[in-house]
Amino acid sequence: MSAPTATRNLLEVDDVHVHLGESHILQGVSFQVPVGGVTALLGRNGAGKTTTIKAILGLVGRSGSIRLSERELTRMPTHQIVRLGVGYVPEEREIFSELSVAENLKLAERDKAPRYDLVFELFPELEQRRAQAAGSLSGGQQQMVAIARALLNDNQIILVDEPTKGLSPLMVTNATTALKRAAQAATLLLVEQNLQVARTLADKVVVLDQGRVAYTGDVAELLADPALARLYLGVGGH
Amino acid sequence: MSTIILLLVTGLGLGALYFLIASGLSLTYGLMRVLNFAHGIFLTVGGYASWWIAVRLPLEDPWRFLVALVGCMLVGAIVAAAVEVSLIRPLYRRHIEQVLVTVGLALAFTALVQGIFGADPISYPAPRWTQGVTQLAGANIPNSRLLAIAVAAAVFLLLSAFLRFTRWGLIVRAGVENRAMVTALGIDVQRAFTLVFALGGVAAALAGALGALYFGNIDPQRGTATLIFAFIVIVIGGLGSFTGSVLAAVVVGLLQQFINYYASVYWGFSAAGDLSVVLLLAVVLLWRPQGLLGRSVG
Amino acid sequence: MSKQSDSLSPQGRGLGRGAWGTATAVVVFALLAAVPFADFEIPGLFNGLLSQPGALQLLALCAVFAGVALSYNLLFGYTGLLSFGHALYFSVGIYVTDILLTRYHWALVPALATTFAAGIALPLVLGAISLRVGGIAFAMVTLAFAQAGSILVYANPARLTGGEEGLGLDVTRIPDFLIGVINTKNLYWIALGYLVFTFVVCWWAVNSRPGKVWQAIRENERRVEVMGLNPYVFKLLTFTLSGFLATLGGIVYLLLLGGATPGVTTASLSLSLLLMVVLGGAGSLWGPALGGALYEYLDFRLLKLSSSSEIHALPGWLRAPLAEPLFILGVLFILLVFFFPGGIAGIAGRLRRAARPHRPLPGVEAPAKVAP
Repeated sequence: MSAPTATRNLLEVDDVHVHLGESHILQGVSFQVPVGGVTALLGRNGAGKTTTIKAILGLVGRSGSIRLSERELTRMPTHQIVRLGVGYVPEEREIFSELSVAENLKLAERDKAPRYDLVFELFPELEQRRAQAAGSLSGGQQQMVAIARALLNDNQIILVDEPTKGLSPLMVTNATTALKRAAQAATLLLVEQNLQVARTLADKVVVLDQGRVAYTGDVAELLADPALARLYLGVGGH
Repeated sequence: MSTIILLLVTGLGLGALYFLIASGLSLTYGLMRVLNFAHGIFLTVGGYASWWIAVRLPLEDPWRFLVALVGCMLVGAIVAAAVEVSLIRPLYRRHIEQVLVTVGLALAFTALVQGIFGADPISYPAPRWTQGVTQLAGANIPNSRLLAIAVAAAVFLLLSAFLRFTRWGLIVRAGVENRAMVTALGIDVQRAFTLVFALGGVAAALAGALGALYFGNIDPQRGTATLIFAFIVIVIGGLGSFTGSVLAAVVVGLLQQFINYYASVYWGFSAAGDLSVVLLLAVVLLWRPQGLLGRSVG
Repeated sequence: MSKQSDSLSPQGRGLGRGAWGTATAVVVFALLAAVPFADFEIPGLFNGLLSQPGALQLLALCAVFAGVALSYNLLFGYTGLLSFGHALYFSVGIYVTDILLTRYHWALVPALATTFAAGIALPLVLGAISLRVGGIAFAMVTLAFAQAGSILVYANPARLTGGEEGLGLDVTRIPDFLIGVINTKNLYWIALGYLVFTFVVCWWAVNSRPGKVWQAIRENERRVEVMGLNPYVFKLLTFTLSGFLATLGGIVYLLLLGGATPGVTTASLSLSLLLMVVLGGAGSLWGPALGGALYEYLDFRLLKLSSSSEIHALPGWLRAPLAEPLFILGVLFILLVFFFPGGIAGIAGRLRRAARPHRPLPGVEAPAKVAP
C-alpha cells in the first residue's frame, strides 16, 4: 500500500469501518504510524479521532485490519491487545474514583518492574497523595494519574486521547513534559485539539475528516499553510 | 423487653440470610450488569447439598454439620462457576438475553429438584445445639439465629477483606465502576466474572444451608421465594453497592420481623411484615431512586 | 446505540405490510370464530372433535393467554420495559371480579365496571412508582409489587380471597348463557373476542403516534428526551394500557375456569408471560399471540404427558425431570434464547428474507478508497 520506507511501520491501520447504531463513523480509515516519535491524529469534532483510538483497542466493533508490529489486532480481545504493549490515556481520563491513587496505579501494573521512579519523578504530587481517593483529585491531578498509568509499563505504543483538554496552562505544560518523556521510550499516537501541543510534540500528522483520512504529512507543513489548517481543522490555531 | 431483644436478634438473623444471598447478587450486578435470576438455585443447591451430605455422613455433630457446610459451599461454587461459563459468558454484553437465560434456568432447575426430591419440604437434620437457646438479656434466643448472624458477619468480613486487600478484589471494585477501562489496562475481566459468580454461589449456598436450619426444612421453592426478597434488598441498598446490600439486609430483616410479630399479635395478620417490605421499597424509590447507598443515576 | 440486542428488535409491524396484513388477520379470526362448528378431529393435537367442549375449552384458554401475552408484548416487546410482575394485573381481573360477585354478591355489571376501574387505577399508580427507575431495578420492583399481591392473596385477609384453596365463582351471578358445559362455545367466542379486541387495540396503539414514541424509547430513550418528549409519560401510558388489557384477560379466564386459584399470582406466571413473548418473537404482533397460545397448549399437553404411561416407563433419572412441565419449558426457553432469540416471528422473518430476491444490507459495501 505504501512504497517501502526506511522506517518500519509500528502500527498499520487498513480500511477500518466502525458503525455505531445508525451512524457510519469510520468509513475506511487507513494510515500508518512509524516506529518512534509522535504521530498526531487531528481533525474537527466528530471526525472520528476517539473512535479510531477505540477501534485500535477493540473497544468498539470494527471491520478492516489493524496490525501492531505485524500482529493482527482485530481478532484479539482488548486485554490481549493491551498486553502486547499498548498504553492508553483515555479522553475522559477514566480513572477509578472509588479507588485510591495508589490502587489506580497498582491496577495498571503489567510488568515485573513498573516504573514508579519515572512516574513519581514526573508527578511528585501523586506520591504525596497516594492514599487519597482518586475521585477527590482535581482535574489536573486526575490527568496525571491517567498519564502515569501508561508510563508504568514498557509499551510499544501509547494511545493518548486529548490529554490537555480542560487543563490549566500550568497543567498543560506538565502534561506535555510528561508526554515528551514518554515519547523517548515508546511511540505515541496523540489525538489533540490543541494545535500548540500538537506542534510541540508531533513529527507526523494524520488528519481525519468525516470518518476518513484526509491528509497525512509533516506537522510543520500542515500548520505552515493556514488555509489548509482551517480546512481540515476548522480553526486557524489556538 | 425480652420480646424486643428476641425480635431484634431474630430480625438480624433474617437479615443475615438476606445478606448472604444478596451479597452475591450485588457484586454480580455491579460488575457484570447481569440480573442473575438463577441466583436462587445456588441457595436451593446449598440447602439440598448440605442435607444430602449430612444424612449420609457417619459422623457426630458438630463435625457432621461442619463438613456438610463446607461441602455445600463447594457445590455452590462449582455450580455457580459452571452456570457462568456455560450460560452467561457466551452471551457477553447481551444483557437482556442473559437475564432471560437465567429465568429459564431458574424454572428448569427448580422443576428438576422438585422432580428428583419431591415438592414437599424435607426435614433437615439440624445439630442439637442449634435447636437450643441462649439466654440473652432475659430473652431465649434460638441458637440457629445466632449461628446465621455469626456466619453472615464472617462472610461480610471475608468479602470485605477480599475486596480491599487482594488484587482480584481490586479488579472487582474497579470493574464495578468501569468495566471497559479495566480491560483497557490489560486485565481479563471475564475471569473476574467467574470468580464473582462463584463467590456469590458460595454465599447463597450458605444461606441455603443456614435457612434450612432456620426453617427446619428445605423445599424446592425456597430459593425463588428468598430471591425476591434479596432483589428488594439490593434495590433498596442501591444496585451495585456492596455496603448498601448489608445495610438494606439488616433494615429489611428487622422491619419484616418486627411488623410480622406485632401485626400477628394485634391483628392476626402475619403477612403484614412481608408486605411492609414492599412498601418500604416503594417509599425508597419515591424518595431516592438510586437506593440508600447507590450512586445517582445520570 | 440500541439498548436491546438486535436479535430481539421488532420484526415488523403487525402481520406484514398494510392490506395483506389486515386481510390475513381477518381471515384467521374468521376461521377461528368458525371452530365451534368444526365437526372434525385433528388427531394428535386434540382429543375428540374440535367442536366439543373439551377442545373448545383448551382453545379458549389459548386465546386468553394469547391476548395476555400481547398485552405484555406492548410493554416488553415494543417499549422495552422488562416487567416481572405482569401477572398481578391478570390476577386483579380474576380476583376482584370473583370477590365482588361471590363474597359481596354484587350484580355482574357493577362488578365488571369496578374491575375495569381497578385495572386502570392499579397499573397507573404502581407504574408511576416503578417507572422512577429503569432497567433491572424496574424489573425487580415490578416483581416485588406482584409478590405483594401474591402474599395478600395467600394470606386471605378477612377470608376474602380463599387463600391457598382459591375462590370458586358464585355462578348465580352470571347470566345463564355463560354457564354449563353446553355453553362452552359461548365462552370460547368471548375469549376469542377478547383476543381480537386486544389485537386490534395493540395494532392501533403500535401504529399510532404514542406507539411510535414507544418504539423510539425502546431504541434510544435519550433521543426521545432530546425531541422534547417526556419518556416517563409515554412509558406510564404503555404500562397502564397493557395492565388494563391483562385485567380484561383475567375476567375472561375467571369465567372459563369458574373460579380463582392463587397460582396465577405467582412470579411463575409473570415469567411464563416473558417466555411466551420470547417464544413468539418480541416486537411483532402475531408472534407473542402465537407464543401465548402455544405455551398454554404445551403446558396443558405436557401435564397430560407427564402422567402418561410412556413417561412412567422411562428410567428414574430421565423420568424425574421430564415429568415436570416447567423443566421442559425452562430448557426450551434457554435453547430459544441461545439459538432463536427472535422467536417464531424471527424464524419466519428469516425465511421470508431468504425467499425474497437478494438485496444487500446498507453499509456493507465498501466506500471508495480515499487516496492519502
